[in-house]
Amino acid sequence: MVKIKVVVCIKQVPGTTDIKIDPKTNTLVREGVENIINPFDSYALEEGVSLKERMEQVSGTIALTMGPPQAAQILKDAISVGIDSSILLSDPEFAGADTWATAKTISAAVKKIGGAGLLIFGKQTLDGDTGQVGPETAQRLNIPFIGYVSQIIEMDKKKIRVKRLMEHGYETIETNLPAAISVIKDINQPRVPSLRGKMKASKAEIPVWDSSFLGLGPKEVGLSGSFTQVVKVFTPKASHEVMMLEGSTEQQVEKLYEKLKGLKAGV
Amino acid sequence: MDYFLTEEQQMIIDICREITEKKVKPIRAELDEKQVFPAEILKEIGGSDLFRLFIPEDYEGMGTGIFEVCLATEELSRGDLSVATSYAASGLGFLPIIISGDEDQKKKYLPGLASGQRLAAFGLTEPEAGSDAGGIKTRAIREGDHYILNGTKQWITNGGEADVYTIFAMTDPKKGSRGASAFIVEKGMDGFEFGKKEDKMGIRASATRELIFNDCALPKENIIGKEGMGFLIAMKTLDRSRPAVGAQGVGLAQGALEEALDYSRIRKQFSTSISSFQAVRHMLADMATQVEAARNLVYHAAKVVDSGKKDISRLSAMSKVFASDMAMQVTTDAVQIFGGYGYMKEYPVEKMMRDAKILQIYEGTNQIQRDVIALDLIKKGF
Ligand SMILES: Cc1cc2nc3c(=O)[nH]c(=O)nc-3n(C[C@H](O)[C@H](O)[C@H](O)COP(=O)(O)OP(=O)(O)OC[C@H]3O[C@@H](n4cnc5c(N)ncnc54)[C@H](O)[C@@H]3O)c2cc1C
Repeated sequence: MVKIKVVVCIKQVPGTTDIKIDPKTNTLVREGVENIINPFDSYALEEGVSLKERMEQVSGTIALTMGPPQAAQILKDAISVGIDSSILLSDPEFAGADTWATAKTISAAVKKIGGAGLLIFGKQTLDGDTGQVGPETAQRLNIPFIGYVSQIIEMDKKKIRVKRLMEHGYETIETNLPAAISVIKDINQPRVPSLRGKMKASKAEIPVWDSSFLGLGPKEVGLSGSFTQVVKVFTPKASHEVMMLEGSTEQQVEKLYEKLKGLKAGV
Repeated sequence: MDYFLTEEQQMIIDICREITEKKVKPIRAELDEKQVFPAEILKEIGGSDLFRLFIPEDYEGMGTGIFEVCLATEELSRGDLSVATSYAASGLGFLPIIISGDEDQKKKYLPGLASGQRLAAFGLTEPEAGSDAGGIKTRAIREGDHYILNGTKQWITNGGEADVYTIFAMTDPKKGSRGASAFIVEKGMDGFEFGKKEDKMGIRASATRELIFNDCALPKENIIGKEGMGFLIAMKTLDRSRPAVGAQGVGLAQGALEEALDYSRIRKQFSTSISSFQAVRHMLADMATQVEAARNLVYHAAKVVDSGKKDISRLSAMSKVFASDMAMQVTTDAVQIFGGYGYMKEYPVEKMMRDAKILQIYEGTNQIQRDVIALDLIKKGF
């Protein structure tokens, strides 16, 4: 029987929305900020783990991240919730990668693994917020991509059928495997780590793959392999003042009326 | 505070904390109000290997001591005592199998209980026999290859939810407390039914129910140990589990103290936070000191139990009495620090105070525990 390998791609992000940006380098100030797994990626991990529990054709689960050495922590966390093994893609040359270079690196790693039956991504990251690494990776691997999956309805060794959330409702889509999907948080409720998982994770050696191991040249990865560069990051100035009126409709109308009356003088 | 824990012990606490913060706190008030058994949370607890702790490795457990069970129980109690009680009651139900069960019973029952797929319960109390457990009337009469069970158990935690029940019944009433035996009864057996579910003051999300046996025929293999060993098994079990009741008190009180401390910092009266008033500060200081003292007594008692020492009744009873009385006091003081808001259901301390009371009652009332301590003290001195 053909078995399916599931690869879950995850990312470490700053665990706060109170982000500081270095005005000189235009990059995030990471010092003193606790790093966490990108929240959407924890749903991707849970789906990978539960797929293996639900479907006997899933032979194994691998978690993958590209990041600095300390990103190994989320790969260990992945093992503690039941992922079989993890791989860290790390190399000083990977730094500053945009979605293009990131997708190139991840797809090279997936090829190195020997391909995957199913790739699972989180919908988007908390920091970059682009939601593009998933589809771009799928494109490079020349496999179909389905975004915003809220349920895996069925999967056999050849096909996957999913429900996904679009702006105006749900769609049910079927596609051939291998395929890549990105998941939204309705898809499951991530479990808490198990004690045996945590003990396995604490002993696990996470292999580190660098650019030469992946067969990628310096021009293909990191900042030099990126088409986009962050020129400036800034908080937009508030151009309008917003006020939310609360209470019943009558009360809101009353408040609006009072407000407008107060403004009359200036008009 | 450093308790010099191993990496594994710290992991147990971290896991329970994650369960408490993510899965329990957001819904505890609703579970309490609607009296909903926290089945989902217990599944999560099972998936996290927490039922495996005290079960030997040969039966898919992790072979830790009672100390580790206390760490888990304490942290779960910090979130919700109904959850912690349901967790601990399953342990109480399977402890007799670990302590006195035979190889076949261990192989048959422990793996499913270790994974949390199945829950256990401990059935000793009856309508006419509470503190005086020797007065139980449930009968088990041997007939060929079976024991025929008749009688009613009352207030059994996890009743209806559990699959495996340790039931104490008289095999030879003439012998009094030496005439009791312990049996394994499974949900679904003919002649085994559930009576009413209690509507309680506290731990309302836990299931407390009647078990009714009506000519329930048990295979003779379901006796734990030998005929007449029932009370010995019950006492051995309770001696080992009592530090975990103490741990419930420590966790519950810790939770109340944290709430009270946070509130005292933000509540302003007379233009200043109430934590600046000496009366409030001293209450907080006493609460923190009491919690710490109880924790140390519970940890010590658990470690003595784990050392394999035989003479553990006194210390084990002390840890239960001290920590449960402390929890009652600390949760009451937490309500006091909240003032009128503390009396309202919008804040968690109201429920914590209601929950605390049970700790002075179940697994032997604190009066009975004091009797145990005094008796041992007077008989043996130090
Ligand atoms: C929510 C809940 C869950 C429970 N879960 C379980 C369970 O899972 N399994 C189980 O078997 N039981 C369970 N019980 C029963 C519990 O263990 C008993 O309630 C307890 O042992 C006390 O018995 P009683 O309630 O009959 O009180 P009684 O024995 O009637 O006592 C009444 C009062 O008299 C005092 N008293 C009695 N005898 C003496 C004495 N000799 N000296 C001094 N004072 C005395 C007691 O301390 C108490 O204050 C549960 C009870 C409750 C309320």
